[in-house]
Amino acid sequence: MNLNSVLIIQNLFNGLMVGGLYALIAVGYTMVYGILRLINFAHGDIMTMGIYFAFYAVVLMKMPFFLGVIFSIFATAILGFLVDRIAYKPLRNAPRISALITAIGMSFFIESFAVVFFGSNYKSFLKTLGSNSSIIFKTYKIGKIIIPQITLYVILITFFTLLILFYIVYKTKIGMAMRAISADIPTTSLMGINVDLVIGFTFALGSALAAIAGVMWALRYPNFYPYTGFNPGLKAFIAAVFGGIGSLQGAVLGGFLLGLIEIMLITLFPSVMQYKDAFAFLILILILTIKPSGLLGKRSIVKV
Amino acid sequence: MKKILIAFLLVFFAFFSFATIKIGVVLPLTGGVSAFGQLVWEGVQLAHEQVLKVLGEEIELVLIDNRSEKTEAANAVSRAIEKEHVLAIVGEVVSGNTLAGGQIAEEKHVPMISPSSTNPLVTDGKKFVSRVCFTDPFQGGALAVFAKENLGLKKVAVFVDIEQDYSVGLTNFFIDTFTKLGGQAKKIYFKSGDQEFSAQITQALSFGADAILVTGYYPEIALVAQQSKMLGFTGKLLAGDGADAPELIQIGGEAVEGLYFTTHYHPDAKVTEKSKEFVDAYFKKYGRKPSTLSALGYDAYMILVDAIKRAGKADSELVAQEIRKTRNFEGATGIINIDENGNAVKSVVIDVVKNGEFAFEAVINPDQIVVK
Repeated sequence: MNLNSVLIIQNLFNGLMVGGLYALIAVGYTMVYGILRLINFAHGDIMTMGIYFAFYAVVLMKMPFFLGVIFSIFATAILGFLVDRIAYKPLRNAPRISALITAIGMSFFIESFAVVFFGSNYKSFLKTLGSNSSIIFKTYKIGKIIIPQITLYVILITFFTLLILFYIVYKTKIGMAMRAISADIPTTSLMGINVDLVIGFTFALGSALAAIAGVMWALRYPNFYPYTGFNPGLKAFIAAVFGGIGSLQGAVLGGFLLGLIEIMLITLFPSVMQYKDAFAFLILILILTIKPSGLLGKRSIVKV
Repeated sequence: MKKILIAFLLVFFAFFSFATIKIGVVLPLTGGVSAFGQLVWEGVQLAHEQVLKVLGEEIELVLIDNRSEKTEAANAVSRAIEKEHVLAIVGEVVSGNTLAGGQIAEEKHVPMISPSSTNPLVTDGKKFVSRVCFTDPFQGGALAVFAKENLGLKKVAVFVDIEQDYSVGLTNFFIDTFTKLGGQAKKIYFKSGDQEFSAQITQALSFGADAILVTGYYPEIALVAQQSKMLGFTGKLLAGDGADAPELIQIGGEAVEGLYFTTHYHPDAKVTEKSKEFVDAYFKKYGRKPSTLSALGYDAYMILVDAIKRAGKADSELVAQEIRKTRNFEGATGIINIDENGNAVKSVVIDVVKNGEFAFEAVINPDQIVVK
C-alpha cells in the first residue's frame, strides 16, 4: 500500500478525468439501451471516427482546431444517425440477438473502414495543433502537486457537456419524446410522435458526445489508430452496466466511479498496475452477481 | 477446337502456377505495431523487385497480416503453410508473435526468417526459425554499458511491457549487466495498449531515477516520454530497438527529443557497398531515407533467396539448413553471419532523437562487451 498524499491528490484528478470520459461514452450506450434494449457495440468505434473527423477537418480542410472539433461533433452525429438507419432500423422487429450481432458487425465494419481509408498507423494531434501543441504539455504546480492543464480542461468540458445533455433529455420536447419511447414505443407512436426520428436523434446525440470524448481522449493521450475506441468503449460499457444500464444518472455515476477506482487502485497498490484493465472486468462480475440491475438501475419485471 | 483451346490454357496455367516459388510474408500490417510491419514490407518489396527469380523460377510473395496479435500470428503462419503452400516465410517482426508463429513453422518444417525479433527464445531449440538481427542479451548489455559508461547513469527505472516477451527479456538482460556495472535498476510494469502512465512515472520519480528506460514498443515509449515530461521528470530517456519507427517522433513530438535507443542500423552509417546501393534504391522508390526495419526486411528476403539458391532446389529442410550456413553475406545492414543456432552476430547501433530525426550516436561491437 502506497500512501503518498501528493500522489493521491494528483491521481484523484486523473481518475476524475478518465472517469468523465467514460461517463461521456457510457451515456451513449445507456440511452440507446434505454430505448431499444440494444447494446450498441459500435459506439466505441463511433468515438474513434469522431477523432478522425476532427483530425482530417484540421489537416485536409485546414480548419482551425476549434472549428474542426465542431465539425467532428456534427459529422459524428450524422454517422450515428446513419448507423441506426442502415444497420439497426431494418431489425426493429427482429429478435434482439440479431440486432446485437449486427452491432458487433457494425463495430468491425467501422474499424476496418478506418484501417482502409485512414491507415492503421498511429496518428497524433501534435502537428495539427502547430504552435499550440505545448498546451498538451503545460501543467499547473501547486506545491508538490503537478496537474496537467489538459486534465482540468477535460474535466470542465465533460461537466459542461453532461449538463447540456441533461438539459436536452429533461427540459426539451425531444427529450420528453426520448423518455416516453423508453417507457413504451407503441403507445408513444400512437401519440403522433415520429419514433424513428427520435431514435435517430438519440443515436446522433450519443455519437456527438462520443466525438467530444474522443477528441479529448486523443488530446490527453496523443496517439490514436483505428482501434483506439475499443478499450474505452468496453470500459464505458462496463461503466454503464455498473451504474445501471438504461439509467442516465447511473451511466454518469458508473463512469466516474470506474475511472476513480481504476486509477486509485493502481495508485494505492502500484505492484498490480499491469492488471489495471482486469479490475474493470472484476467490477463487472461483482456488480452482476450482487446487483444485476446496477447501482441506480430499476429492476424490470419481464412478463412471460 | 474450343475444348482443346481451353484444355491447353488450363495446362498452361497449371504449369505456370507450379513454376513459382512462394514465399510467405507474415507481418503486423494493422494493429499496435503496424508501422513496423509496413516498413518491413517496403524493404521486402524492394528486394523482391531486385531479385525476381531463383533457381530459374519466379518468386511469388504471399503477404499475410496478423493484426499485431499473437494468436493471429500463429493463424497467419498456418495459413501460409497449409493454404498457400509456401516454401519459406519472412516474418514476424516482434518477438512474441514470432514465438507464436515460429512454433507452427517448426512443427511443419517450414523455414522462417525473422527480420527483427531479438528475444533469445525465438530461435532457441528450433531448427527452422532463424533471424537476421542480434539478440537481446547483447542488445541489453550494450545498452547497459552505454548508459553506465557513456551517459554516467546510476539509477534507471525500467518500464516493462508484461505482454511482450521482447520487453521482459530485454529488461532482464539490461538489468543484469547494469547492476554488474554498479548501477541500480527498478522494474515498473505496464501493458501494451496502456495510455495512462502517471502512476508508473510517479513511481519512477520516487525511486529517484536519473533515467527511464522503456523496453516496449514505440506507441508506449512516446506516451511515457510525454507524460514523464508533464510530471516534471528531467532525466534521460532510453529505449531498445522497439523505438525505431518514424511514428515515435510523430506521436512523441518534442517529448522524445534526446531519447537514446539501441538499434540495428542507421542509413547514414553506410557500412558496405550494398548498404549504399540499398539507400539509393530505397530513396528512388519511396522518396525518403530507409528505416531500420526496411533494411532488415530487405536483408531477410535476400538471405532467404541466397539460401534457396545454395540449396539448389525448393526443399524446405535444405533451405532451413542453408540459412544457418550464411557466412559473410553482404547485406544492407552490414556483413551478416548466421550461426548454427540461427542467430546473426552484428553490432549494436545507438541513435539519439535530435531535431525530430534519428541521429547516429555510437556503434558497439560484440567484442566490446565483456559481461563479467
